[in-house]
Amino acid sequence: MAQIPNEELLKRIAEKFDQQVSLVGEPYGLLTVETGREQIIDLLTFLKTDDALRFIFLTDITAIHYPEQEKQTGIIYHLHSLTTNTRIRIKVFLADGDVHIPTATVLWEGANWMERETYDFFGVIFDGHPDLRRILNVDDMTAFPMRKEFPLEDPNRVDKKDYFFGR
Amino acid sequence: MSDIQLVDAPAGVEGAGFFATSLDKVIGIARSNSLWPLPFATSCCGIEFMATMASHYDLARFGAERISFSPRQADLLMVMGTIAKKMAPVLRQVYLQMAEPRWVMAVGACASSGGIFDTYSVLQGIDEVIPVDVYVPGCPPRPEAIIDGFINIQQLVQTESLRRRNEPKYQELLAKYGIQ
Repeated sequence: MAQIPNEELLKRIAEKFDQQVSLVGEPYGLLTVETGREQIIDLLTFLKTDDALRFIFLTDITAIHYPEQEKQTGIIYHLHSLTTNTRIRIKVFLADGDVHIPTATVLWEGANWMERETYDFFGVIFDGHPDLRRILNVDDMTAFPMRKEFPLEDPNRVDKKDYFFGR
Repeated sequence: MSDIQLVDAPAGVEGAGFFATSLDKVIGIARSNSLWPLPFATSCCGIEFMATMASHYDLARFGAERISFSPRQADLLMVMGTIAKKMAPVLRQVYLQMAEPRWVMAVGACASSGGIFDTYSVLQGIDEVIPVDVYVPGCPPRPEAIIDGFINIQQLVQTESLRRRNEPKYQELLAKYGIQ
């Protein structure tokens, strides 16, 4: 089967979800849409199970942090339709202090570790996740290191103090 | 045939049929010329260590022929490479499993200070979790530098008093790291 054109893909999503899904752009031909956390699972279910689309492969779940935005934390889903070789990217932005989103493990078992990683680095809480704990960082870490307010450099480092450089 | 050099005898009293010296010196010479290193190699410094062990640089010349992959039989822990914070308890466990007397050598910038990896996930020098005897600078250090560090360890071993490990100062040092 041939690759689904972006316009057609967007049309099919709009038929089902109307105003709830908006187009963000098509950088490098990759259709990128934004939605809210209320319908994210419905949207993923539709994309995965629709006979013509069949985005059966969850490439990645990750997040991004824009401190200057009102809704600071974005959760990003990459899907891949293996039968048509079509890809799509879905973004959900959440306000700080309420970084909750339903888990995608109900659709893909593979979402388990992806969501743990996203929690580990950005502090996103995936509601309904079977085992949401840190996966890559040390267990006793208190911060979420990929968030912008977290200092990149290790505070224990002593050999870069200003007085060594006459500052 | 190459000119084989033996270790010089320590200072002592020599006479017909006897030689007297202090036990410290004899044991120091014996230990320093038969150190069993445990390579804890995690990255590029480990590759330099492989070159150091191989025939061209040949660490065996210094009595370190026998690489110990069990901490129980090792005298010298050679930490070569970046130690992530998640690796720190493992490194500490390896150190704890070594029998006294034990020495530690931090090879390269990462093991000594975190190196270029000044970040949340990397241990900023292994001396945050275990005491270190000799630091070898370099990123990575050349085999010559590793050998130089090893010779420095040998000198430490040779001149160490037999009672050092029982001294309060040494116990204090270990207590600082929460050991014993």
